[in-house]
Amino acid sequence: MLLYFLRRFGLLLPTFFGVTIAAFSFIRLLPGDPVLLMAGERGLSPERHAELLHQFGFDRPLWEQFFDYFLGILQGDLGHSLITKKPVLEEFFTLFPATLELSICAMIFAVTLGISAGIFAAVKRGTWYDQTVMGTALIGYSMPIFWWGLLLIILFSGILGWTPVSGRISLIYFFPQVTGFMLIDSVLSGQKGAFSSAVSHLILPTIVLGTIPLAVIARQTRSAVLEVLGEDYVRTARAKGLSPLRVVGVHVLRNAMIPVITTIGLQVGVLLGGAILTETIFSWPGIGKWMVDSIFRRDYPSVQGGLLLIAAIVMIVNLIVDLLYGLINPKIRHTGG
Amino acid sequence: MKPTKLLMSALLATTMMVASAQAKTLVFCSEGSPEGFDAALYTSGTTFDASSRHIYNKLVEFERGTTTIGPGLAESWSVSDDGLEYTFMLRKGVKFHTTDFFTPTRDFNADDVVFSFKRQLDKDHAWNAYTAGAAWEYFNGMSMPSLLKDIVKVDDYTVKFMLTRPEAPMIANLGMDFASIMSKEYADQLDAAGKKDDLNQKPVGTGPFKFIAYQKDAVIRYKAHDAYWAGKAAIDDLVFAITPDAAVRHQRLLAGECHFNPYPNPADLEAIKKDDSLKLPEQEGLNVGYMAYNTTIAPFDNVNVRKALNMAINKQAILDAVFQGAGKAAKNPIPPTIWSYNEATVDDPYDPAASRKMLEEAGVKDLKMEIWAMPVQRPYNPNARRMAELLQADFKDVGVDVTIVTYEWGEYLKRSKAKDRAGAVLLGWTGDNGDPDNFLAVLLGCDAVGGSNRAQWCNKEFDDLIKKAKTVSDMGERTKLYEEAQIVFKREAPWATIAHSIVFKAMRNEVTGYKIDPFGGHNFYGVDIK
Repeated sequence: MLLYFLRRFGLLLPTFFGVTIAAFSFIRLLPGDPVLLMAGERGLSPERHAELLHQFGFDRPLWEQFFDYFLGILQGDLGHSLITKKPVLEEFFTLFPATLELSICAMIFAVTLGISAGIFAAVKRGTWYDQTVMGTALIGYSMPIFWWGLLLIILFSGILGWTPVSGRISLIYFFPQVTGFMLIDSVLSGQKGAFSSAVSHLILPTIVLGTIPLAVIARQTRSAVLEVLGEDYVRTARAKGLSPLRVVGVHVLRNAMIPVITTIGLQVGVLLGGAILTETIFSWPGIGKWMVDSIFRRDYPSVQGGLLLIAAIVMIVNLIVDLLYGLINPKIRHTGG
Repeated sequence: MKPTKLLMSALLATTMMVASAQAKTLVFCSEGSPEGFDAALYTSGTTFDASSRHIYNKLVEFERGTTTIGPGLAESWSVSDDGLEYTFMLRKGVKFHTTDFFTPTRDFNADDVVFSFKRQLDKDHAWNAYTAGAAWEYFNGMSMPSLLKDIVKVDDYTVKFMLTRPEAPMIANLGMDFASIMSKEYADQLDAAGKKDDLNQKPVGTGPFKFIAYQKDAVIRYKAHDAYWAGKAAIDDLVFAITPDAAVRHQRLLAGECHFNPYPNPADLEAIKKDDSLKLPEQEGLNVGYMAYNTTIAPFDNVNVRKALNMAINKQAILDAVFQGAGKAAKNPIPPTIWSYNEATVDDPYDPAASRKMLEEAGVKDLKMEIWAMPVQRPYNPNARRMAELLQADFKDVGVDVTIVTYEWGEYLKRSKAKDRAGAVLLGWTGDNGDPDNFLAVLLGCDAVGGSNRAQWCNKEFDDLIKKAKTVSDMGERTKLYEEAQIVFKREAPWATIAHSIVFKAMRNEVTGYKIDPFGGHNFYGVDIK
C-alpha cells in the first residue's frame, strides 16, 4: 500500500510542474494588458505605461518572470494581487473556507441523495419511480445554474419568504472570523440565532451547487448497480436466501461503488466550476467569484496563483480517491492500477 | 409552513426593522468589492464609495448632489494673481476617527495635508511605494506631477500649493477622491509598527463614518463618527452588503434585506416604479457617449461628410433599443449637469434624405467605413455592439457600407488612439471633477491628439478657447469661453454626440434625504431612515 501511495504521489510532481506552466501562460495568452485595463478610458502616456510595466516586472523576458514565479512558489510566495495589493495566498485562504463550506454541504447533499436515488432507481428498474428519478436527474443535469438559482430565490425567498435571498449570515450578526467556516464561527460567537441564520443562508446555494453532481451521481449509481445486479455472485447470494437488503447493501454496493467514487472525485472539479456562478448569484464570498474578477482585470498574480491552488486541491482530492480505490478493491493496489 | 420555518422567516423579515429600531442602520447593497481603502491608489467608483466618500474628507468638497465646490477641511482659500500659488486656511478642531486600532492624540492639521499629497508626488517619499504596485493612477492621470511644484506647510493651519502653470480646474481637482486627507499620525504609528499595508486595509480619516470591519467580498461595516466636524450623521450604522448580481440586489431590496440598490436592472425599473414600498429617483449622469470620426483621414476630414453622417443617425431608436429609456440624446460634448453647458446649440437633425444629398455634394459615393464597437458595458454605452448595428442600418440608408469591428478592451483603447486609425470609434467619458475642462481638453484638445482625442481633431479656434479658459479664474468668463467652444465643436462635428445616460437609484421608502451624486458616487451622509 505504501508503494502504491508513493507511486501515485510521485506522479503528482510532474503534473504540478505542468500546472504551474499552464497557469502562468494561460493568463498571458489572453489578449489584454493589465496596465492598460487599469487606466481605462483615462489612458496613460507611453512613458507612464512603460514605467508601470517595469514596476510590475512585466517588461522582463517571460522565462525570467516564470523563473521568479516558480522560485516564489517553492518558498510559498505567490506574489501580490495587482488590484488589492495584498498577498495572493492570503486572499485565497481568506475566501477559500466559504467555498469549501459550500462545496462540502453541496457534496453531502449530492452524495446522500444521489446514491440513494440511484440505488432505488436500479432496484425498481423500469417502474414509474425509476423513470421519474432518471427524468428529474436529466433535467437537473441540463439546468443552467444561473437560471436555477434565480428561480429558487424568486420562489423561496421572494414569494414564500422561507429563506434569505443571499449572503452567508444575517447582517445583524457581527463577530470575528475564527475558522472562516460560518457554521462553526456562528456557534463559537455564542450569539443567539446566529447558527440557524447561517444554516438558512446555506440552504439555497447548497441545492443549486449540488444539483448537477446530484444528477450525475444518481445516474452513475443506477447504471453501476444495475450492472452488478446482473452478476453471477449476486444471483448466488439471492439463491442462498439472503435478504434483499443484505444483497444490495453488502454484495452489490461494495462492487458498484468504484465507478461511483470516481464520479464523486470528478465532481470536485465540477463543484469548483459551479461555485463561480453559484457564488455570484448568492453573493457568496468565495474563490469562484474572486477568480472571475481577477481574470477580467488581468490580475496575473491572482489568476496564476488561484489556478495553481485550485489545481493542487483537485489533484489532492483525486489522489485520495485513488487511495480509496485501493482500499475498496485490493486488486487495484496489487496490480498498481 | 413548519413552525420553525415560520419563526425563522419572521426573524429574518424583522431583521431590518429590529436593527433600525435599536440603532438606525442603513444597508447598502453595493455592486462590488472595494479594491482597498486608500482611495488615492485606485480609480474605481466602487472603491471610492467604500473609502473616500464616507471615511475621508478633502480640502474642498462638492456640495451634495451638485458639481459645485465648497469648503471641506479647508475653510477658505486664496489664489495669487499669477495663478501659481493656492493658499488654504484649514479648519480647526477636526477629529480623526478613534477606532479599535488607532486613537488620535491630536486634531487634523497641515502635516496631514502635506503628507497626503507628498506621498503621491515625491518618488522618494517613505510612503510613495508603501504597498506593492502603488501607482497613484488618478494623481498621475490628472497630470498632478507636472502641475504641482511643491506643497508647503506655512503654519499648523495654513498650507500652500505651488503650481508650475496657472490651472483654473485646480480647486475642482482637490475635491476628487485621490485628494482624500489621511492621518499622518496614524501613518507614523503604522510605520513604527512595521504595518504600512494597514493604511490601505484599516483606514482612518476625518469623514462622517468610521471603518469598523471588512469581510472580504461580503460585508463592510461603518459607524457614524460622533465627533464629525459637520455634525454626526443621522444614521448610526452603515453596512455595505456586497451583492454583485443585479437581479439578486433587486430581490434583496424587495425582501427588505437592504435599503438601497445603486444599479437596478433596466428590466426591473417598471416593477420598482409600481411598488409602493420602493422609490426610484433619476438623474442624468455626468457622462457622454460618442462616435469619433478620424478627422485626419479622407473623407472624414471634410466637415460636410461628418455632418451628413450625423444627420443619418436615428438617435431616438438608439435611446430606445440601447438605453431602454435610461438615456437622453446628446448634442454637446459635455453633459447638461455640468456648468457652462450650452443650451443654445442646435443638434444635427435626423434627416436621411438631406444626408444623402450632402454626401453626394461632397462627392462621396459608395463609401465603405468601419465602426468600432467597445467589447464592454459602460454607463455611457450599455451595449456598444447593438449601437453599432443600429448605426450600420442607419448608414446603409444613406448608401454607406459599414463594417463593425471590435477588440479586447485594453487593445481597443490602445488601437483606437492611433493617428492613422480607420473608421469611427464608439467611446465615451465619465467626468472626474465636474469641470468642463475635464471633458473638452481631455477629449478634444490638440494636446490629446494621438491619445484620448479619438477624433484626432485639432482645431485652433477651439483649442485657443479652452486653453484660455483654463488660465482665467473668473467663473463668468470661463463659462462664456466654454459656451463658445461648444459652438465651434458643433459647427465642426468631430464626433457624432450620441447620448448621456440617465441613472436610476432604487431604494426603500424609509430612506429619506438621499441626493443623487452627479459623479456617480453614493454618499449616505445627510441620509436618514424614517
